[in-house]
Amino acid sequence: MAAVVRLVNRSALGSAMGQRYVAFSSAAKVNAAGLRAGRTLPDKVKIVEVGPRDGLQNEKTIVPTETKIHLIDMLSASGLSVIEATSFVSPKWVPQMADQVEVMKGIDRKPGVSYPVLTPNLKGFQAAVKAGASEVAIFGAASELFSKKNINCSVEESLQRFDEVVRMAKEAGVRVRGYVSCVLGCPYEGNVAPEKVAHVAKRLYSMGCYEISLGDTTGVGTPGSMSDMLEAVSREVPVNALAVHCHDTYGQALANILVALQMGISVIDSSVAGLGGCPYASGASGNVATEDVVYMLHGLGIQTGVDLSKLMDAGAFICRTLNRRTSSKVAQATCKL
Amino acid sequence: MGNVPTAVKHCLSYEQLIQDYPWLKRLLLEEKEIVPTGVKIQLIDMLSGTGLPVIEATSFVSSKWVPQMADHTDVLRGIHREPHVRYPVLTPNLQGFHDAVAAGATEVAVFGSASETFSKKNINCSIDESMLRFEEVIKAAKERQIPVRGYVSCALGCPYEGHIEPSKVSEVAKRLYEMGCYEISLGDTIGVGTPGSMFKMLQSVMAEVPTNALAVHCHDTYGQALPNILIALQMGVCVVDSAVAGLGGCPYAQGSSGNVSTEDVLYMLHGVGVETGVNLAKVLEAGDFICEALGRQTNSRVARARGRTL
Repeated sequence: MAAVVRLVNRSALGSAMGQRYVAFSSAAKVNAAGLRAGRTLPDKVKIVEVGPRDGLQNEKTIVPTETKIHLIDMLSASGLSVIEATSFVSPKWVPQMADQVEVMKGIDRKPGVSYPVLTPNLKGFQAAVKAGASEVAIFGAASELFSKKNINCSVEESLQRFDEVVRMAKEAGVRVRGYVSCVLGCPYEGNVAPEKVAHVAKRLYSMGCYEISLGDTTGVGTPGSMSDMLEAVSREVPVNALAVHCHDTYGQALANILVALQMGISVIDSSVAGLGGCPYASGASGNVATEDVVYMLHGLGIQTGVDLSKLMDAGAFICRTLNRRTSSKVAQATCKL
Repeated sequence: MGNVPTAVKHCLSYEQLIQDYPWLKRLLLEEKEIVPTGVKIQLIDMLSGTGLPVIEATSFVSSKWVPQMADHTDVLRGIHREPHVRYPVLTPNLQGFHDAVAAGATEVAVFGSASETFSKKNINCSIDESMLRFEEVIKAAKERQIPVRGYVSCALGCPYEGHIEPSKVSEVAKRLYEMGCYEISLGDTIGVGTPGSMFKMLQSVMAEVPTNALAVHCHDTYGQALPNILIALQMGVCVVDSAVAGLGGCPYAQGSSGNVSTEDVLYMLHGVGVETGVNLAKVLEAGDFICEALGRQTNSRVARARGRTL
């Protein structure tokens, strides 16, 4: 049954969001709020498809190499311009990515499409380049505890490791994308200060990463924490070098992405069919579904270059293979009319 | 609520739907039992304890059309009426209104549509004819000082007509408001809207109806409900409809979700620093209760993230 939530204190919305969202208590200010809502959004958004790597990495079933290759090829055909193909971490840690070399060599590299791969260290980087990678990604964290538990070292130590990779990559003419995880909260530390996120983002950018993807790793963020964090980060890194990587664990991803767009972000990470659960909350969803993001962007009149129906075909394919239901609501809505 | 999707409860011609979509009949029959009155009452009582200021309790449509709501009088009489909480009920016509008042209703709701085809298929009359019907209800309600809430369905798209012009939505909203509805809830009935279409529609409606008399009723069928609600809030709307546990599927898209879940809305609102007066933990408990009673999984992502899976 319907419940109606009545906002008791309208001006609280204004104060929480700062000057960008004015209090709604006076008619004169409604227009200003409307301006925020009607603010010019980017004309174009680049989608970074992380399904084959971030998505599959978090799926329990080991996926055959040919299936991964076919998925990536289908995604290439849908108009996506960036598809994270695999990860050069040790197969001991991530068995799902053990076939990293075969995948890189097996995919049909569509001209104009980039296929970045994860490289946690120099060894992984060298293996990636040998396998034909022309773009790599490194993963930092805004949380000390998460860094220690995840990659067994402090944030500072990880940045030094990444420095080596970035230097080697520069020499090899390979682009590097930097990720910052736990930007809106940490499963161990809880709240994460926006300044910490800004610090790590700045370090990665100054090192030479061409783009920094800010990840809400546990999906706890809301438009409130997203805008606070982006405000802090965009003081240190140009907004056109930023991307957001939202998880939908608490259903907040699209709202968070909307706020990011309003603040000038034009690169969005997502995963076909919402592949990849959340390892911190059993049964919960993880990555936001590319189909749902594209649906929203197209509804906003933003160009993505993506053919939604081809994308949905790719989603349907991988879900059949994994024998799992899609996490994309757009895909679930098979309208009979 | 429960077996019968919320949309059917208050929007659709049940028999027409069954005739046109036999798969729907199968779907409904597969949900075996009508939710017992006691369960409905307990759910409403739990929701009353959460701080929610308005809880739509039941519907005074003919039980021939919506068997799930046959116990409307028992429900209204059985619930504990928390002070400061309102319990509106649906009243599609004067007969329903009189039955509702006899059962103790102190607030009612009428359902208009921005789509002619939807209106005809749903309640068997044109928009104009439905307005005449509602006018009778509103007149009778005014005499008894009973507030009336107006709903406009298909505000962002129609399952039959497709695109709906914002001007049509504002025309219907304006009529309901001028007739005497204190608040107009704009419903994205099939969840096809995006922040783009929400913005345009609200701009149009706000030119005709004061913003503080507007509410949004978003469906999450395409996952767009929360960004749609966010943009509505940014434009000054401060009343949001939602359903605990996201109860109520979408009869137009088999297997899809319908109503946005109250838990997920609250999580977002609290995250942006908005006061709602609602205790999320208690809403989660109410959601647990009803999902267990129905033997189904919650549609709320917040609930699932907090380990509440069946």
